Amino acid sequence: MTQQLNQMDAVSNLENNADEISAISAQRLVKTFGQGADKITALDNVSIEIRQNEFFTLLGPSGCGKTTLLRLIAGFELPDSGTVLLHGESIEHLPPHMRPVNTVFQSYALFPHVSVADNIGFGLRMLGWDKAKIATTVEKMLDMVRLSELANRRPDQLSGGQQQRVALARALAPQPRVLLLDEPLAALDLKLRKEMQIELKRLQDQTGITFVFVTHDQEEALTMSDRIAVMSAGRVLQVGRPKEIYDAPEHRFVADFIGAINLLPGQVKHRENGKLVVAIAGGSEVQLTDDGIQSDTLFVAVRPEKATLAKSGTGVLSGVVNNIVFFGSGTNIHVSLSDGVDFVVQTQGSETGLSMGDAVSVTFADSAAKILRN
Amino acid sequence: MAITDQDISLSASETLTHARRVDEQRKTRARWALLSPALILIGLFGLMPLSVTLVYSFLKPGSFGGVEWVFSLDAYVQFIAQRDIFDDTLSINWSYLSIFSRSIGLSLGATIGALILGFPTAYFIASKPADQRNFWLFLITLPFWTNLLIRTYAMLLIIRDQGVINTGLMSLGITEAPIEILYTDTAVFIGLIYSYLPFMVLPLYASLEKLDLRLIEAAYDLYASRFRVLTNVILPLAKPGIVAGCILVFIPGLGAYITPELLGGGKKLMIGNLIAIQFGSSRNWPFGSAAALILMAVVMVALLLYVRHSTKEGRSHG
Repeated sequence: MTQQLNQMDAVSNLENNADEISAISAQRLVKTFGQGADKITALDNVSIEIRQNEFFTLLGPSGCGKTTLLRLIAGFELPDSGTVLLHGESIEHLPPHMRPVNTVFQSYALFPHVSVADNIGFGLRMLGWDKAKIATTVEKMLDMVRLSELANRRPDQLSGGQQQRVALARALAPQPRVLLLDEPLAALDLKLRKEMQIELKRLQDQTGITFVFVTHDQEEALTMSDRIAVMSAGRVLQVGRPKEIYDAPEHRFVADFIGAINLLPGQVKHRENGKLVVAIAGGSEVQLTDDGIQSDTLFVAVRPEKATLAKSGTGVLSGVVNNIVFFGSGTNIHVSLSDGVDFVVQTQGSETGLSMGDAVSVTFADSAAKILRN
Repeated sequence: MAITDQDISLSASETLTHARRVDEQRKTRARWALLSPALILIGLFGLMPLSVTLVYSFLKPGSFGGVEWVFSLDAYVQFIAQRDIFDDTLSINWSYLSIFSRSIGLSLGATIGALILGFPTAYFIASKPADQRNFWLFLITLPFWTNLLIRTYAMLLIIRDQGVINTGLMSLGITEAPIEILYTDTAVFIGLIYSYLPFMVLPLYASLEKLDLRLIEAAYDLYASRFRVLTNVILPLAKPGIVAGCILVFIPGLGAYITPELLGGGKKLMIGNLIAIQFGSSRNWPFGSAAALILMAVVMVALLLYVRHSTKEGRSHG
């Protein structure tokens, strides 16, 4: 109970911070590319508030407009309409080199003709800092990303992970108000990516700079972010803390995109005392909390780890095991329901005692099932 | 004697090494066979005339052209000095040296001019969508479809006193009398830029096309103004193209013949014309040969110095 209260406190603190000026405030941004029949709407009336000092992630599949939003903030693109405020000030009239915002590019974009140290010092030289101050800052940045020994190397003599750290140091050196990261980890292998995730989080804590991170990797977004904005087809569907996004997706797309989820088409049978009785295709009825949904057709969403298997004929749903997939820390059991829908149940360990074709039942607590609008 | 496994594997590996060596030799022979037609052509028409020139430059001129087979350094001495008719003392002769320096000056000027005009052109083409670039490159190479001589005559018609430029300026009332362009250094200068501009644009394009546009964005993001993006990122990365373009314009420009002959009216000599005269009306083949070799030597020394400088620079960075 106390724990819950503390959590509530934390939430209200976060909410109170909303009074303070947003690091980035994007308002009704519209951006289209091309003309006529080829016209593509990259951003469709996007509004977003990014708080100071937070690790904010723009998450979505490729082509959802997340990179376009980042480029609008950096100044590489201009919006068709809408405004971008940086710490309360309009920056849309400023070209990229006048915006106190730096970008870490997906391709790193390190200058191949100068050394690692000169790459990191580039922004400082352009800002006209004096030489001694540049030298000490570069040294500090090299130390921060643990590359002091490689200061005089050329970028092409570095590994992918090292190049990545140089790109980070280069973008952080001028102490930007906001750091923009455009899928910076996409080119790294899994192990290195995990390391860099921790490293990035550490750097953000250390510098206190607002990070705006673009990724299509939902796991990356969940691990690193303070808050996530899920985007699809040029719109922001949901903004919230990772736990909110995962546990209470407001949109079918969000539920589907973040983690694995089972979506069961359902039909409202009747409503009483704030409860909905929903018939799930496949036979059974479940009781769900009524959240005021108008439509009678909806989706019932259940995370694989929230469902369990039961003896045939006892659970909510019944079906036949059609696949058993071991993934290390657990096993996914795919159950083919009577109406043909595939339902995944995640279990711990590797021994399930099941084999293909076994008739099983699936059960889950009513609280584990979420209503999603069709 | 028993044969051990080791023996077998040893002899097997020897056989393999031998087979590889034979294979390597066959490949080398095939490469030489493929190379030989080009080598023969270069030897026959490149090295042999050069040797003839070298030998002739150390002989005495024949009275009616040709050479007398007597060893002499006169041709080289004549280039920089003159012998007094009465007391045989040598003093520096500026007339040839000044032609030489004029040539260097004009060619250098034309190189810089072509670089200034060619860079934006190459950048423009390189920044076009990939499927449109070939069209623009085609336009750049279009002048080569017509002979240089004809194109130079066409230029002559445009810049002469009664040409398009002057009649245009006068009819607009901007000038009273025609501006004298033809048969001046300016005419030669413009002519050289025009003739060699494609040689500047093509290598520049080749290096700019490889330029990663994201680097420009990165520099722009890191507080570099447009001008500083150019000086700090684009120019250093385009350096190989700039150097290649400058060499390709400067060297043929230095030895240009048609342009100064027609547009300079034969009065404003460049070294190419001087050499031509020696083999023609002056009938001094050894002097012409010497002048040609001096030109070649100067260009070679300049290039070698550049190569040494750039390899040193590359090493100190790497």
